[in-house]
Amino acid sequence: MPGLASIAYDTAHLLDTGVLLLSFALLYQRRLFGVIKTYAYQALVLAAAAAWQAHAQDAPHLYITAGLALVLKAIIIPLALHRIIVSLNIHRTIETVIGVGPTMIVGMALVALSILLVLPVTTAAAALTRESLATALSVVLLGLLMMISRRNAVSQVVGFMSLENGLILAATGAKGMPLVVEVSVAFSILIAFIVFGVFVFRMRERFDTVDVSALDRFRGERRDTL
Amino acid sequence: MLSLAGGAILALFILSLLALALARSSLAHHLVYGGSFAASGVLAGAALFGLGHSGPAETLTLPIGLPWLSGHLRLDLLSGYFLLVVNLLAALASLFGWQYGRHEKEPQRVLPFYPLFLAGMSLVVVADDAFIFLLSWEFMSLSSWLLVLAAHEEMDARRAAYVYVVMACAGTILLLLAFGLLAGANGDYSFAAMRTHRLSPLLAAGVLALTLAGAGSKAGLVPLHVWLPLAHPAAPSHVSALMSGVMTKVAIYALVRILFDLVGPPQSWWGVVVLLVGGITALLGVLYALMQHDLKRLLAYHTVENIGIIVIGLGLSLAFRAEGLAALAALALAAALFHVLNHALFKSLLFLGSGAVLTATGERDMERLGGLIHRMPVTAFTFLIGSAAISALPPFNGFVSEWLTFQAILGGALSETWVLKFAVPVVGAALALAAALAAVCFVKAFGVVFLGRPRSDAARDAHEVGRVMLAPLAILAALCVVLGVLPSGVIQLLRPLVTALVPEAPVPLEGTSWLMLIPLGLERSSYSGFIVLVSVALLAGTLVVAIHRLASDRVRRGAAWDCGFPDARPATQYTASSFAQPIRRIFGSVAFGAREQVEMPEPGDVRPARFEVAIGDPAWDGIYAPLARLVAFVAGKLNATQFLTIRRYLSLMFAALVLLLMLVAVSQ
Amino acid sequence: MRAIVLELLQLALTVALAPLLTGLVRFVKARLNGRRGPSLIQPYRDVIRLLHKDVVLAENASWLFRVSPYLIFTAVWLAAAIVPTFAVGLVLAPTADLIALVALLGSARFLLALAAMDVGTSFGGIGASREMMIASLAEPAMLMVTFTMALLVRTTSLPHIAEFVLTHDVGIRVSLGLALVSLMLVAIAENARIPVDNPATHLELTMVHEAMVLEYSGRHLALVEGASMLKLVLYLSLIACLFVPWGLALEAGDGRAIAIGIASYLGKLAAGGVLLGVFETSIAKLRVFRVGEFLGGALLLALLAAVFLYVSQGL
Repeated sequence: MPGLASIAYDTAHLLDTGVLLLSFALLYQRRLFGVIKTYAYQALVLAAAAAWQAHAQDAPHLYITAGLALVLKAIIIPLALHRIIVSLNIHRTIETVIGVGPTMIVGMALVALSILLVLPVTTAAAALTRESLATALSVVLLGLLMMISRRNAVSQVVGFMSLENGLILAATGAKGMPLVVEVSVAFSILIAFIVFGVFVFRMRERFDTVDVSALDRFRGERRDTL
Repeated sequence: MLSLAGGAILALFILSLLALALARSSLAHHLVYGGSFAASGVLAGAALFGLGHSGPAETLTLPIGLPWLSGHLRLDLLSGYFLLVVNLLAALASLFGWQYGRHEKEPQRVLPFYPLFLAGMSLVVVADDAFIFLLSWEFMSLSSWLLVLAAHEEMDARRAAYVYVVMACAGTILLLLAFGLLAGANGDYSFAAMRTHRLSPLLAAGVLALTLAGAGSKAGLVPLHVWLPLAHPAAPSHVSALMSGVMTKVAIYALVRILFDLVGPPQSWWGVVVLLVGGITALLGVLYALMQHDLKRLLAYHTVENIGIIVIGLGLSLAFRAEGLAALAALALAAALFHVLNHALFKSLLFLGSGAVLTATGERDMERLGGLIHRMPVTAFTFLIGSAAISALPPFNGFVSEWLTFQAILGGALSETWVLKFAVPVVGAALALAAALAAVCFVKAFGVVFLGRPRSDAARDAHEVGRVMLAPLAILAALCVVLGVLPSGVIQLLRPLVTALVPEAPVPLEGTSWLMLIPLGLERSSYSGFIVLVSVALLAGTLVVAIHRLASDRVRRGAAWDCGFPDARPATQYTASSFAQPIRRIFGSVAFGAREQVEMPEPGDVRPARFEVAIGDPAWDGIYAPLARLVAFVAGKLNATQFLTIRRYLSLMFAALVLLLMLVAVSQ
Repeated sequence: MRAIVLELLQLALTVALAPLLTGLVRFVKARLNGRRGPSLIQPYRDVIRLLHKDVVLAENASWLFRVSPYLIFTAVWLAAAIVPTFAVGLVLAPTADLIALVALLGSARFLLALAAMDVGTSFGGIGASREMMIASLAEPAMLMVTFTMALLVRTTSLPHIAEFVLTHDVGIRVSLGLALVSLMLVAIAENARIPVDNPATHLELTMVHEAMVLEYSGRHLALVEGASMLKLVLYLSLIACLFVPWGLALEAGDGRAIAIGIASYLGKLAAGGVLLGVFETSIAKLRVFRVGEFLGGALLLALLAAVFLYVSQGL
């Protein structure tokens, strides 16, 4: 079915999958700068996706979502993270991941899982919504995967924020959240980011590392070291 | 035809008794191998004749058997096809063994059991009731176990035989249980009764699980493969060829017979289970194979891989059938059955080739071979063809069946089931990876054994083996080429067979002519090994003539260039282990917990540097070792019962009797 | 008759163009590096010079070493004759579909790796080992690309894929884009280009292809080098046929359509060559053991392509 509807659909699909692809790229990155750059790209594509949905669904409040994503996530947060890394002098840190290969395989399995989960239960919804939901759920799961497969606090923060990108993606696909929710989510992210930033600085100060496994030693109950 | 086949099988049994009587005399040697060759030839001929004249299935009732069940034999198309595969290879292996077996130190440990092994395998595929089936299955298992024990003075062989007999017995018990479920409460153990007996879904699932485990342990499905790479190489090479090339196919026969014939229409999830088991088996089999440097063990692990490929085909067929995609089901089944024949051919060829190398050099360790292409040209050439065939390279036969499997996999995209939709591409990627890794492995095997410079005196002084041993190699290599270039003959054999097993399907591979293989229609895909071979020959011929005429045809010999630093020591060559290093780095830590240890002495220290690689089999460490510990623990606890008084033993028996009686009372 | 003529034309065209394409890539790279670089036709001169030289054979080289170059070249040549480059309806086209085509190249590589191990030098072994490692990872990715195409167009026969893409409104498909990127990564790895291998170095321990052909000389070397030039043409033609078949002369095409086909084919090859040169200049060589991740990425993209196609077909 060629025509306008088809183009709207194809473009939205393209942008959604672009966000998902960048989630994989996040998992693939080993250097912190690479991680941040990829995150910025993801936010950029997310902004484009939101803007396109605003245009296609004729829902102007989604433009605000797009603007928030663009300004906050694609510019401010990456710049701030960049400064944190430079000032902590950890920019040469190469991630010790579980291994890129296994992470990717798990990631693929998660994508398959979310498609298997979303597509059959939402048969009533419009095609585009269903796919956006499937993609968004994959992005969320990949964000979680990034948080558990990384040791470095900075990349855990990025994983968390990429997870939140997935939520926004889901919201744009489903004709958007109410504006109030939208704005408050954006600001809670900002606050979370600030908390994380403070946390990372304090951690660096005290333990001389941003490897969160250093925290394990200071838990109440000691793990027995055999 | 069936009575002729039965007679030939009987002759094999008699040969075995004769060999026992004649013991060490050289007459026994000629009698056994000559007789086996003749009997297998007769059986193969009978099978081929039976396949060609597709009338109704022949049956034969034997006077022996259980009191309430006389023995049944039946020769239908499926039996006929497997009988052909078994005996074609048995005849060639007997020919090889005729000369190879002369070097046997203790022939009385091989000769009586060899015909018994052949008879057991043939009898399994024509059995028509569970009793004869399991009896001959055990003949096959135990005689091959005794053949593994032929080299009983080697510690490895004893250990292999021990693991083998444990696995074989466990497998038989599981099959027995599967037949028990199939027969149902009435307990009619003839296959004819099982076909009409319909099972509840739960019981049918039980049959699937028991069959996969029982027949799968004989075939070498992961994680039941652990005995296979130990036992197959330990036997004499012609027996290894039969165990690896043929006995595993008898296990595949059991799978096909039960899952496609006896148990009735499949449920939708069966195919996915079988498919995934096949995919994992194919991939892990080839990865393990890559890590080996014992030539025969490498080949045995490749059997695991190829069984995986066959099982992928079977799983696809089951899944498509359950979903109503009958044409694809027929294609997948045809691909799997074709691969049965192909694998039997090239695996036997490779095992016999390794036997020739073993005869000539006394070495199985690849790190001590090399350069044999100069010393053993015929063996090298046939081994090369076998290597290319097993690596699924066109225009050889291995490629044809793997290509057909791929075509079925691509059809899987049409499936409506979501699980299958996702399983199929993943299995497809695994199959492609397995095929590509097989090529890596055989570049390694052929390159290290036959190419380069000899790494030991034994390899340097090797001589080509005798003509009687070379003849089967040449015949098998020729078959690998012919079936790859002109596969339509086999397709014609397979068509009625597949139609019989998947009756709802149209004729599989309908458009196929002698020239062109067309699985689903010319607009979908096509392949012609014949054109590939002919065009390569024509183009290469033109090229040779043109270059030699127009440019230059002179050749000078000189020292190897090697970037200006040639080193005369053969130890500077790449070894089998170093060849596999990149693959080990990539897959090693995940697939087999490979650990590399480098010990580099400080400068000034004169100790040699050491490099060690440790590889484990996760199936062994994760499943069998805990299981063995559990068995040892339970046995230790039960040990106490060995030291009771007679009165206590009697009271135990009494208690058991009362318990059983109570069970009967309650169940009524 | 038309089919045979077209086939002969294609056989001649691919061989004739192969050195030119390699020359073009070298030229682009040289210019981007700020060098003048050799002329475009330098590879022709190299091949002809090599053809006229004597072969110097290592002392323990076997027959396999001498036969392999001819067979390798022919296998690649035959593969190149099957891909529709400027017109569909080639007589050899039904010989192999996309899967068989890849396997045919696999045969060539198998022989090359064996030939590398024949003389028994450490370089031959290292090259063969790495080449086979790279190929074993590239092949599953290639198969997944095929799977995606088969999912979309329901065929693996090359002329039919091209016709489908030409005659149907395929639209903007994420899957096609991913499959294209994946195929490009595979092509880069298979053709021993940067960042997987460096075609320009001869004495660096990361080398793969060059290490394998180290012992070859004279006409044998000419054939092996020719085969790798031809393989580059083949992969570019394959990408063009699958993803940008526009300009291809269809079954009913007359002389004018064929002329357009040839012109557009030349254009596509030139564009591909320039792009390859730019790409190679802008990227650094990977460590050998990172190649696994590079090709793992290709496999991942191809798998995602198949998954997205499922999604967008909205079942």
